[in-house]
Amino acid sequence: MSTPATPDLVVSAEQRKRARSVGIAYLALAVVCFVVFTRRAGDAGFKISESSQFTLPAQGFGWVLGIVLIAVAAGQLLRGFGKLSNVVLALATAAFFMSFLAWAAAGDSFSFVGMLQDTVSRSVPITLGAIAGILSERSGVINISIEGMLLASACTSAIGASLTNLWLGTLVGIVTGVALAAVLAVMSIRYKVDQVIVGFAINFFALGVTSFISFRVLVPNRDTMNNLLPVMPIRIPLFADIPFFGQILFDQTIFVYFSFAAVALATWGLYRTKWGLRTRAIGEYPRAAGTLGVDVNKLRYRNLLLAGAVAGVGGAWWPIGIVGRFDQNITNGRGFIALAAVIFGRWHPVGAMCGALVFALAEAVRLKIGNFDTGIPSEFLIMAPYLVTLVVVAGFIGASRAPKAAGQPYEDQ
Amino acid sequence: MSETLKSLRFTLLAVVAALFVSAFIIVITDIEALGDGDFGKAFSTLGSAYWGLFKGSFGSLRAISNTITGATPLLLAGLAVSAAFKAGLFNIGATGQMLAGAVTGLFVGFAFQLPAIIHVPFALLASAAGGAAFGAIPGVLKARTGAHEVITTIMLNGIASFTVLWLFKTELFKREGRDDAISKFVEDSAKLPKLFGFMGNRIDLLAHTGFIVGLLATFAFWWLLRKTTLGFEMQATGFNQEAARYAGMRTKSLMVVSMAIAGAFAGLAGGSEVLGLYGYASSSVAGEIGFDAIAVALLGRSTPVGTLVSALLFGALQAGGRQMQVDTDVPIDLIIVLRALIVMFIAAPLLVKAMFRVRGDATSFGQTFRGWGG
Repeated sequence: MSTPATPDLVVSAEQRKRARSVGIAYLALAVVCFVVFTRRAGDAGFKISESSQFTLPAQGFGWVLGIVLIAVAAGQLLRGFGKLSNVVLALATAAFFMSFLAWAAAGDSFSFVGMLQDTVSRSVPITLGAIAGILSERSGVINISIEGMLLASACTSAIGASLTNLWLGTLVGIVTGVALAAVLAVMSIRYKVDQVIVGFAINFFALGVTSFISFRVLVPNRDTMNNLLPVMPIRIPLFADIPFFGQILFDQTIFVYFSFAAVALATWGLYRTKWGLRTRAIGEYPRAAGTLGVDVNKLRYRNLLLAGAVAGVGGAWWPIGIVGRFDQNITNGRGFIALAAVIFGRWHPVGAMCGALVFALAEAVRLKIGNFDTGIPSEFLIMAPYLVTLVVVAGFIGASRAPKAAGQPYEDQ
Repeated sequence: MSETLKSLRFTLLAVVAALFVSAFIIVITDIEALGDGDFGKAFSTLGSAYWGLFKGSFGSLRAISNTITGATPLLLAGLAVSAAFKAGLFNIGATGQMLAGAVTGLFVGFAFQLPAIIHVPFALLASAAGGAAFGAIPGVLKARTGAHEVITTIMLNGIASFTVLWLFKTELFKREGRDDAISKFVEDSAKLPKLFGFMGNRIDLLAHTGFIVGLLATFAFWWLLRKTTLGFEMQATGFNQEAARYAGMRTKSLMVVSMAIAGAFAGLAGGSEVLGLYGYASSSVAGEIGFDAIAVALLGRSTPVGTLVSALLFGALQAGGRQMQVDTDVPIDLIIVLRALIVMFIAAPLLVKAMFRVRGDATSFGQTFRGWGG
């Protein structure tokens, strides 16, 4: 890079304000540690494999962490951590999370590794939905219809897989995603309809048609048309034997591997290939790309169809990857969570996957913690994924800049 | 041909196109009849379905009352989405704001003993205030941290839904002898009068004066946009935030105020459901209304009158859809499909033009939502 690095000493008022908020947040976390996490005595067992576990004394850990957090807060408020501040923040958040788990599981034990494995699995449809969103919006088309694509593909892939086999079922799901994406593409590119309106119309259409089919076709023909055995996890030899991480990352269904590959490919494609450069160009300033000879609308069509295919796999995750059937409105707003993940990740595939993982982790924790008698009403546990995402977005992510041309139709001149 | 007539023709053609596509869906999903090769039966199902749709929405006074009942919350929540759109914000949070308004309205409704003439406005005011306070949160978050309202409103919907689920089980709100999330009844003095109360006490006429509240809110929205500086500044910010800021408008406060106004409308939607229709609240009081409201606002192009008309259309479809489900075995979910198609076809005059080979210009609309902003 030729631009000189900004010296650390120069900080804007905005940054200083943020640093102060983070410091206050540390103090708040410390208070939670003292007031809440020291209340429950006993050791919490974190199982990290079938046979082994480590234990944390809930009370002791809470006291120690609370004191450490006060020290960190003092450091943050008085001096700041400079380049290390994000590292400190990540470490503090992780330690706080562990203390929370220890508090909840005090005097008991739970499968820590299983919880993280579950997190990765649950992030799949959100990640794939987000990739679909990124592909469309990076090329300048707002995609509100991720939810509709996921839902429709979940429905058709369940029927397809019940009547034939899992592969064909997934393929049917992909075709469905592509078909809806084609509607979005034709409407917004050819007929220049407001993209948000088309997107919402697609969502309603998918919700209506799948509920309709579910009620009118699937319920009466449950055994033949909506009944399948979901895929089994595939252990990747050697990698799956890595302690701890092996089970989380390499003992998963093919959908998980597909989503890893999709994130990697999308990142590489968008930032390292000619296609990616053109895609980002038509999302930022299509006129310039068009002048240089890129066929803007053709590329938009192509990218949208690709987005539909990715969302199609995401939708197939429900019947084929985990549940084994389709239920009415099975996606339950995950497409909107994916949309949030797109914005969360600032239109970058890896960032979006992180957003999906945050939401999925909160959900997996809720499912595990629900077994313990912590005194937290179950409604608040179910709320956790939403609350965590809200706090993360408002507290740490802040403003994000969208592709500039998203939402505007392009006309050749 | 005049502009109005032309746009009316396109609207009509769009509805026809939507009914046509839905008819196709009804027929092809009649698997049993098609399996027997009995096309006559499939088509007679179609006929009675559409007849039920009409009969249930406009066929009698009761049908019209049902249409109004369905349209009332859609109108108020639709205004919540429209108001935010006008300020360049995408309010997906009408559900949460409705719940907030339902809770505050409910509380005033049962916690106080007042004469009806004070109690009703007080309870409605409380709903509006509750919705406004909850609606302001995404506005504040966006103004202070830049967090996008699409994320924050979605998350706040989840938070509101589960908070309400918990709240209605607490001692303060829960109904005696019930363990599920269902609230006490409000005092009779806090209930909104029935709209057709003057026709004797027919209990099948559910429509309530919440609809009048909706009409007043529509007028207030029109007034705000056309006659006030605040409305002008909201629209200027929605149109071009940078330009508005350079013109000296305080765009950040406007963001908060716009979201609070939107929330107040949605809060009234929640309040009118509790005080007018149910007399109590459960966790499902907002249902899918907050989501449908987005379609209402999109269909109505975020204008006051447009929102009113599309809320009435959606209310009619909902009332008719229930009759259709009773008369035939066509599930009410078809209505969701029909709504989606109407929204789509009305938004796409160029497509309708191509389908029906209509000559002349298609009136094209501008954009509702100017991208994700920055």
